[in-house]
Amino acid sequence: MASVPRSFLLLSIIPTILILCADFACCNTGRKTGDGLDTDFSGFSVPLEHSFEVDDVSRFRMRGALQLRGGRETSVSLSQSQLSEEDRKTLKEVAAVDGLYKIRVPRVSLTDRQTERQMDGYLTAFVRACSLVESHLSDVITLHTDVSGYLIGVSIVTIPGACRGTEVEDEVDLEAFNTTLTIIAPTNAPQPETALFIERMDIEHEKRGKPQEQKSFFAKYWMYIVPLVLFLMMSGAQDQSGGGAANGGGR
Amino acid sequence: MYRPSLVVTFTKKSSVKMAKLTSLFVILLSFFCISEAVFEDQVGKFDWRQQYVGKTLFAHFESNTQSSKKMFVATDKNIFASFNSRTGDLLWRHVDKTGPEGSIDILLLHGQDALMVVGDGRLLRSWDTNIGGLNWEAVLDTGSFQAACFVAIQDTVKLVAVLKKAAISLHYLSNGHQKWVENLPDSDAVQYQAVYSGGEEEVYVLGVVPNSHLTIIAYSLEDGEIIKQVTTLALCVVVGQGVLMCVDPATLALYTLPIQAEETPEFSQILLQVLYLSPTVFPGFQPVLVSSQPHPARSPLSEFFLQLGPDHHVLLQLNADGYTIAPLRDFQPVHIQSFIYFCLFNIACAINLFSVDSGRRLLDTTVLFPLEPNGGKPHTLYVHAFLKKDDSVGYRVLVQTQDHALTFIQQPGRVVWTREEALADVVTMEMVDLPLTGTQAELEGEFGKKADGLFPMVLKRLSSQVTLLQAWLAHLWKLFYEARKPRSQVKNEVTIETLSRDEFNLQKMMVMVTASGKLFGIDSKSGSILWKHYLENVQPNAAFKLIVQRTTAHFPHPPQCTLLIKDKDTGLATLHVFNPIFGRKSHIALPALPRPILQSLLLPVIDQDYAKVLLLVDDQYKVTAFPSTKNVLQQLQEMASSIFFYLIRSDQGNLSGFRLRKDLSTERIWEVVLPTEVQKIVAVKGKRPNEHVHSQGRVMGDRSVLYKYLNPNLLAVVTESTDTHPERAFVGVFLVDGVTGRIIHEAVQRKARGPVHFVHSENWVVYEYWNTKSRRNEFSVLELFEGTELYNSTVFSSLDRPHLPQVLQQTYIFPSPITTMEATLTEKGITSRHLLVGLPSGAILSLPKMFLDPRRPEVVTEHSREENLIPYAPEMPIRTEWFINYNQTVARVKGIYTAPSGLESTCLVVAYGLDIYQTRVYPSKQFDVLKDDYDYVLISSVLFALFFATMISKRLAQVKLLNRAWR
Repeated sequence: MASVPRSFLLLSIIPTILILCADFACCNTGRKTGDGLDTDFSGFSVPLEHSFEVDDVSRFRMRGALQLRGGRETSVSLSQSQLSEEDRKTLKEVAAVDGLYKIRVPRVSLTDRQTERQMDGYLTAFVRACSLVESHLSDVITLHTDVSGYLIGVSIVTIPGACRGTEVEDEVDLEAFNTTLTIIAPTNAPQPETALFIERMDIEHEKRGKPQEQKSFFAKYWMYIVPLVLFLMMSGAQDQSGGGAANGGGR
Repeated sequence: MYRPSLVVTFTKKSSVKMAKLTSLFVILLSFFCISEAVFEDQVGKFDWRQQYVGKTLFAHFESNTQSSKKMFVATDKNIFASFNSRTGDLLWRHVDKTGPEGSIDILLLHGQDALMVVGDGRLLRSWDTNIGGLNWEAVLDTGSFQAACFVAIQDTVKLVAVLKKAAISLHYLSNGHQKWVENLPDSDAVQYQAVYSGGEEEVYVLGVVPNSHLTIIAYSLEDGEIIKQVTTLALCVVVGQGVLMCVDPATLALYTLPIQAEETPEFSQILLQVLYLSPTVFPGFQPVLVSSQPHPARSPLSEFFLQLGPDHHVLLQLNADGYTIAPLRDFQPVHIQSFIYFCLFNIACAINLFSVDSGRRLLDTTVLFPLEPNGGKPHTLYVHAFLKKDDSVGYRVLVQTQDHALTFIQQPGRVVWTREEALADVVTMEMVDLPLTGTQAELEGEFGKKADGLFPMVLKRLSSQVTLLQAWLAHLWKLFYEARKPRSQVKNEVTIETLSRDEFNLQKMMVMVTASGKLFGIDSKSGSILWKHYLENVQPNAAFKLIVQRTTAHFPHPPQCTLLIKDKDTGLATLHVFNPIFGRKSHIALPALPRPILQSLLLPVIDQDYAKVLLLVDDQYKVTAFPSTKNVLQQLQEMASSIFFYLIRSDQGNLSGFRLRKDLSTERIWEVVLPTEVQKIVAVKGKRPNEHVHSQGRVMGDRSVLYKYLNPNLLAVVTESTDTHPERAFVGVFLVDGVTGRIIHEAVQRKARGPVHFVHSENWVVYEYWNTKSRRNEFSVLELFEGTELYNSTVFSSLDRPHLPQVLQQTYIFPSPITTMEATLTEKGITSRHLLVGLPSGAILSLPKMFLDPRRPEVVTEHSREENLIPYAPEMPIRTEWFINYNQTVARVKGIYTAPSGLESTCLVVAYGLDIYQTRVYPSKQFDVLKDDYDYVLISSVLFALFFATMISKRLAQVKLLNRAWR
């Protein structure tokens, strides 16, 4: 059973490619917060809010606006402003007490524009403030949708994600977010691969060649049977005649 | 027998070039796990099964003779069974469908025939009581069942009458054929309740119009013609020669009415005061009449009971004239009663037999039996009375207590047997290690104590060693003593005193929680019940969670289990803390829980007494700690910022995460919402906290390592679509990090619906669903890998793992529906894993996990062969030798519990449902145990021979060297 060697790596990557649509957007630092809100294409925008407080009581403020576009090709982009002097100071303070940096987006549907009613409630996620500071505000925000296009969850991670306690001296590093934004729809789980299996079986079958047609016992061994029978008949006839002769001889 | 042949596995694989010995070993191991079965002589050696029937609804005894041995019960679990009344053993059992479809409405017994109406008047069945075979089955017309009775013609019972809401039908007892069926008049207004036949040519149907009157209809037995129709008052029974006896709470009077009278009958009123009865009239006073008809061909007894209060009964007799009543005896206080017996209880229960003719107590009929201190109170009595040879009355009693236990009592108060039918409905269970023996514990305790000088320590050590030596000598003596006795006499009765851990920790205590609120401690080796504890005032719909707070490892502190009982309606919870080995309730101050509890979580934090801390979150997101000592609170304050928990509200589709604050309040830190219009959350499962994963990755064919994504905080959330159309229905599988709320993976299985069964363990999730398009059951497996490099190999933190794992998935066809699923669990996680699948047939399938591996290649390559991956085949096989319970089927298997043992190769399995089955499984064979037939003599003789050969040859070599030197 010789088979085509296939590198495993390819196989293992397949599911990760299945992420339906991913659009990456870098923040536009030049614009003001309000600029993102005026929509100039068919999409719509929802606010992205964040909260970081020393006493860990959530007070969400505007961070930017998410431009969402539903339909066949779901895409998302983000426009956000710089952090103010005060915010930077608070963020560093929060990081110092190991507080949390939280973000939230309202629950919306990407596909159903008619019912874009604000479904009550938000989707919230958090990351440790210190890791955000230490990564110089480079975060990855992922929006998850369900099968019918509702936003069901949001997640935020920073790269690198660890808090090593390194001091961020330069205030400039904390001015602008370096955000990678992804939107992920559910992957379709595989069905049992019957067709491929049957195909493979067929190929193997063919490779092995057609199986010998089942001949009957007689057809297979006639060349042995016929002489044997002939021999028996001959010898039997001889015997009979011989016996007869002997009997006759006795009388 | 399925003897696994090593030779075959070798020849099979001999064509494959195996470069290294290690891979050979791996293949050997993996093939070990495929060939697995029980040998004939192993049956019942490591496993046992107990069969149960459930809470008894109807019970009958075979016949009224002393020698009868059979009794028949019908239960709330839709089971019709027969017991041997001498031993309590099950003779036969019929398990019908679950739910209302198989519910038993009534069980009637006549001679050899047991008549049963099933499924709210759907089916009428007749059973042969001797062998439990079905005589016949008749499908009844639709309509809800009301009553049934035997009908006799000329002293022989030939028919059975079934009364439905709107019709009455008569069936032949011999073949079930319908004699006639008649619609009942005014069935909308009249609630027909009873059917009666007194052995004459008529059958009477009694119906009630609420708050108005009563209707009596007499039907002719021959053709079902209505002979007459009478309307009268309410609340009646038939006593004596066809006299209808009614009681009216308003006027406090009894009314009698001869129903077979020719002319239009008239009620005659008898005031209760006339009978010198002064019932305590309270709001809702509802007198109840109880009468008895011993034989269907005869009239009922003319004596009857009038129940005036919950524990007040009066025995009355209808005089021969049919109009006057004489009180016979006043029973007060009596709690429960049927016709001729009653029970007084507090510590002991007394049963007395009374003569119905006179109301006098029969001599020598008092049975006193003690109630179990931790059991339930008697609920129903079934009396089997008979005439002894000397014409005196004897009887036996079957007592059903509130905790669903059946006790059979013989005169004078001897308990013949007890069946714990509560075990037919086990809700949850845990296995707890047994304590060490006293001497071992003492030795352990030596290390626990604080050092007090060198000399005392040495003394202590010496003394404990002496005690060990003593114990060993005693053990040897016992062995020697017992060796002389025949094998059959030596019987190691397991009692609570002799309990101790065995060498490999294979014997454990099974703590089982049943739906009735009764807790059991069962020895896992023999299956004998070692303790039981009935929790009264547990609501029937309560939810239970059993938590092991302290294991047996912390001598001298006793092990401690906590049962969280939550009322489903109010959400209020109570705690029951007990010692799992002895079942005794602990006298620990319990926290007050005034608010409904949403979530409970067991922290790895331990208090100074080595009990793990249990956190209870109430509906205001306040946290209560148990135990809540100062030490614990201090630890909690220090750790607060790293304690995260999640809450799931499946009705709102809401998953949210919280973090503990220092003042034990909480803050919400993440939220994921699955819109309930699209899908609803069916189940959420985390990983088992006692699970160990031995290998961090998998070695691939090219010698690189694929690291597993081992996130201990991962939750598998399974949803089902609200749209049930077969084309649009789907099953969703979400993998969510329980700390950060990050959705790690989100997959949708299209054209699928539940019930979904799934197992979440290590780095994989296996789920089973129904494919609506192909109409078959399918298994799907998800595995998560970090890739060929680990992000942080020392420690896993959900907060610092920015890259999403690679997810591999594969789906297979499974040729059978399943009822439950669980994965095997071993001490260190070295042994390969198996899935234990409970099938509706009662078999438990041990399915090797290697068949559920998303890396099974479609095209076989050199690498995959090196890795020993099985080529992909869409259909999952079911091999009968994989059934771990051979022919010991577990009826209605509801759950499977797995626990590791002290042996790495061995996993203890308990399957529970209607029955309980315990066994051991060896997923990779017993690689750490020598076989029973291991040839010690051969091996040791070879060793000795080799040893001596070396000695001799060494000596010879020396001599030779010396000789050479001399030369």
